[in-house]
Amino acid sequence: MTTISESRFDALLAADERIEPRDEMPEAYRATLIRQIAQHAHSEIIGMQPEGNWLTRAPSLRRKAILLAKVQDEAGHGLYLYAAAETLGVSRTELLDALHTGRQRYSSIFNYPTLTWADVGAIGWLVDGAAIVNQIPLTRCSFGPYARAMVRICQEESFHQRQGYESLHTLARGTEGQRAMAQDAVDRWWWPSLMMFGPPDATSTHSSRSTEWKIKRHSNDELRQRFVDLCVPQAEILGLTLPDADLRWNEQTGHYDYGEIDWAEFKAVLDGDGPCNRQRIERRTQAHRDGQWVRDAAAAYQAKHGQTPAARGTEGTDR
Amino acid sequence: MTGDLYDLWEVFVRARRGLSHQHVGSLHAPDAEVALRRARDLYTRRGEGVSIWVVPSGAVSASDPGEKEPYFTPARDKDYRYPTYYELPKEVRGL
Repeated sequence: MTTISESRFDALLAADERIEPRDEMPEAYRATLIRQIAQHAHSEIIGMQPEGNWLTRAPSLRRKAILLAKVQDEAGHGLYLYAAAETLGVSRTELLDALHTGRQRYSSIFNYPTLTWADVGAIGWLVDGAAIVNQIPLTRCSFGPYARAMVRICQEESFHQRQGYESLHTLARGTEGQRAMAQDAVDRWWWPSLMMFGPPDATSTHSSRSTEWKIKRHSNDELRQRFVDLCVPQAEILGLTLPDADLRWNEQTGHYDYGEIDWAEFKAVLDGDGPCNRQRIERRTQAHRDGQWVRDAAAAYQAKHGQTPAARGTEGTDR
Repeated sequence: MTGDLYDLWEVFVRARRGLSHQHVGSLHAPDAEVALRRARDLYTRRGEGVSIWVVPSGAVSASDPGEKEPYFTPARDKDYRYPTYYELPKEVRGL
């Protein structure tokens, strides 16, 4: 059964127009976007941890300043995305609660540990690189606030990837030990980065509807292939190898063929059995508990000095 | 929307002198001063602006998006408001 407002929604989609928060939309569209944007926001917030791990041990003041700026950007990206999710009628408190209780997920890539300084470089090059390939099409996604947040994020993310590549490039030309450290980091981050694009098209549960709704513009496997094709020549310039014996140029397809991804590992990490799942959530909830007195103080301040209740924003606008 | 600790603010940034402030996003803050400071940290980390406005979200009144057609139709009906409506001699210059 199609209502009048839903046919308007369909017409907007068909015309490749953006849907804005106050437009009527199918409940399932709203729910899908909340799930996806929230997961994306949570990933930015949890994503601060693996790299934050190296802030106090960066090898130089320059690298430390760069890493601080990157981690600060990730906090910012989380906030842009939470604000975009909130335009769909969900509150910040609900979103954080869903993260803390495991009702909503974050990208499973952040459940891997950062064992050496070279991991910071590998994350920048590979993890942020994969994120960029995933995110660029989202700047054209049908939901206005999400698309606008992604434009800003993509602009900022490019520095993240370049600083990582530069750092790995420096290590790869350093001492034998530094080179080995860079290679080890790439060996550990390559496969999890390929998993960031999600399950293969044949088994992806959310894909077809999201494509119809123009939330998703390319399939998981298409984006994964794009990423592999970008990375192989970049690895050659680094002088590092990618840990895949099946990786080779295919004249027929004009793409690089790559080996079988260990989807059992992907599923295990997603289901909570990755190396750092528990640690990540524990640290997040601990930080939230530790911040309670700040929130209490600010709430008391607002009650005393803030706006009159009438001027308070509750609904939001077409952000 | 319920259950949020702080008020919601809309953020507008003037990219450089001579341009108008443009909406860039929103944030939560307990008062205008904190909202401004957060807006600076969140939306101008790379020199994106020379001036910021924060406006309580509740203070924004908006037209109904569902009423787009009837609400804005009169403007489209009056094509004599556009310069291309007028037919002028081909040889005339400077108009």
